[in-house]
Amino acid sequence: MDGLLQQIFNGLVSGSFYALLALGLSVIFGMLGVVNFAHGAFYMLGAFGAFILLDSFGLSWWLALFVVPAVLGIVGMVLERTLVHRLVALDPLYNFLLTFGIALILQDLMRLRYGVQSQPFSRPELLDGSLNLGLFSYPKYQVFVLLFSIVISGLVWLVLTRTRVGMVVRAATERADLSQALGINVGRWVTPVFGFGIALAGLAGVLAAPMRAVNSSMGGDLIIVIFAVVVIGGLGSVFGSVTAGYVVGMLTAVGNFYLPALSQSLVFILMALVLLLRPAGLFGREEGVHA
Amino acid sequence: MITAKLLGARGEMSVVLRIALLVVGVLLALGLPWYIYPPVAMDIAAWALFAVALDLLLGYTGLLSFGHAAFWGSSAYATGIIAIETGLPFYVAVLGGSLVAALLALPIALLSVRRTGIYFAMVTLAFAQLIFFIANQWRDVTGGENGLQGIPRNLFGLDLSDSFYFYYAALPLILLGLFVAWRVVRSPFGRVLVAIRENPARARALGYPVDRYKVQVFVISAFLAGVAGGVYAVGHGFASLQEVYWTTSGKVVVMNILGGMGTLWGPLLGAGIIVLLEDYLATAGIDAIGIVTGSIFVLTVLLFRRGIWGSVAYLVNSRRAGPVPVTPAETKPRSQPTERV
Repeated sequence: MDGLLQQIFNGLVSGSFYALLALGLSVIFGMLGVVNFAHGAFYMLGAFGAFILLDSFGLSWWLALFVVPAVLGIVGMVLERTLVHRLVALDPLYNFLLTFGIALILQDLMRLRYGVQSQPFSRPELLDGSLNLGLFSYPKYQVFVLLFSIVISGLVWLVLTRTRVGMVVRAATERADLSQALGINVGRWVTPVFGFGIALAGLAGVLAAPMRAVNSSMGGDLIIVIFAVVVIGGLGSVFGSVTAGYVVGMLTAVGNFYLPALSQSLVFILMALVLLLRPAGLFGREEGVHA
Repeated sequence: MITAKLLGARGEMSVVLRIALLVVGVLLALGLPWYIYPPVAMDIAAWALFAVALDLLLGYTGLLSFGHAAFWGSSAYATGIIAIETGLPFYVAVLGGSLVAALLALPIALLSVRRTGIYFAMVTLAFAQLIFFIANQWRDVTGGENGLQGIPRNLFGLDLSDSFYFYYAALPLILLGLFVAWRVVRSPFGRVLVAIRENPARARALGYPVDRYKVQVFVISAFLAGVAGGVYAVGHGFASLQEVYWTTSGKVVVMNILGGMGTLWGPLLGAGIIVLLEDYLATAGIDAIGIVTGSIFVLTVLLFRRGIWGSVAYLVNSRRAGPVPVTPAETKPRSQPTERV
């Protein structure tokens, strides 16, 4: 029983990464109708950002937690202005292919610079060691990741539902034309929202650096899992994507406990089930609004 | 303009031009191993069929399958296993491998067509990753990371150890596959596919079972991708995890958009360019295939979305000022509330 509980906890921690990445992906999708294939690459850059700051500049991981997402957010905004923006009016397929190309380039650049070996990264001192959770003890860092991701997801949720900015963004997401007609400058929010989504991917990367292998291919496989997660949750729904992130993380961990051979496949099998029973996703609406 | 004269009244290629192209194409295919290193020529032929197979979906039906490596790769493994275990002529092995790919495609297609547009791409990509993990996990059968080695080139006792001769032994399979693709596109079935691409709602309203058509063309496409993957595996003598990895799916997509999707000739051209480019980079010792492929993606999508073949056809047509053939998805604005490609 302790083993299973621990597995569930492990699952929630990996679910934290799924949730943060799915959140960024779905915010961008909602605002621009773009599925950002480079999301995994920016996650990878986030991890490398933390590594480079520590390794070359001696800056602590805590600082990286703020600096790296900010920098990547700006990079994301530049990317949106220079490239993504040109294709937004066309079929979403084109931006999917564009960002796929960008992902390949970024991944290969980092491989050429740092090789395929993983870069060493130790946990920040403050979060080293483990925490006694009553039934079992657990690494402090993992607990921090879980709490931090929940706080961030919650904050984004609050901003989207309780503030004026969030209202504008949601209105623009749901009915861009109508919002425009009501005098809301939708275009003004596109670039910042894209940058924000990228920053979230970078943040997930910084969080991943001390506990996952930092290498150029860390984002490539993960983004496909995230795609499955958002298909399960419903990409149009911010709430659905985040919830699906935690649920998928947990279910795969539990499945892993009973069927270790299937560990990596479970998320895709889950996706197949959702497609069979509820094609729009667990929290998604029928396609057509802004699919 | 001579080329312009060769085009029919509605901007379609005239019979003369088409036959001329066909003759050039067949001659090129027959002569390829004479002026290109035969194993590379074999790669071009296999990838060309793979790219055309994807074009049935991407170009003609407007469905972006981002998981076609699943079918190319599963056939590569199945072909290899059949050839190793039974020693049958490799034609039989490739046929068996392609059937496995088609069988695998059926459930994937049935599930994937439940979503449209960009979701379809994500779902097919995810299913292909599932196949990748299964291949990775199922070491007894696939050899895991070592791959499946020692696939023989059996064909009625002929000595095909020289890649030059193997090319000619395998070419009929490739040409047959291309012919099937061409027949599909030119048939009433193919016309319905284009109708589905252009306006799925209208196609449905006209009484066509859209999803069934999508599943059918998906399975045909997977079968042809299987033929290509099987030939590739026999040609190389092994099948590896690379064959089912997502980069392989991306590679066949880039062949399509670079060459020009929805044109059949375009993907052939794209396959030739990409394979030669990769070969050049490998011999020149430039280890940056991701950067090159990625840049091709970015530049093609930004600058010439019709691809090479599509752009040439467009230029030729616009000189005649006739009605311009529409490339898939190009004309649909974002706010259009119907299903999209």
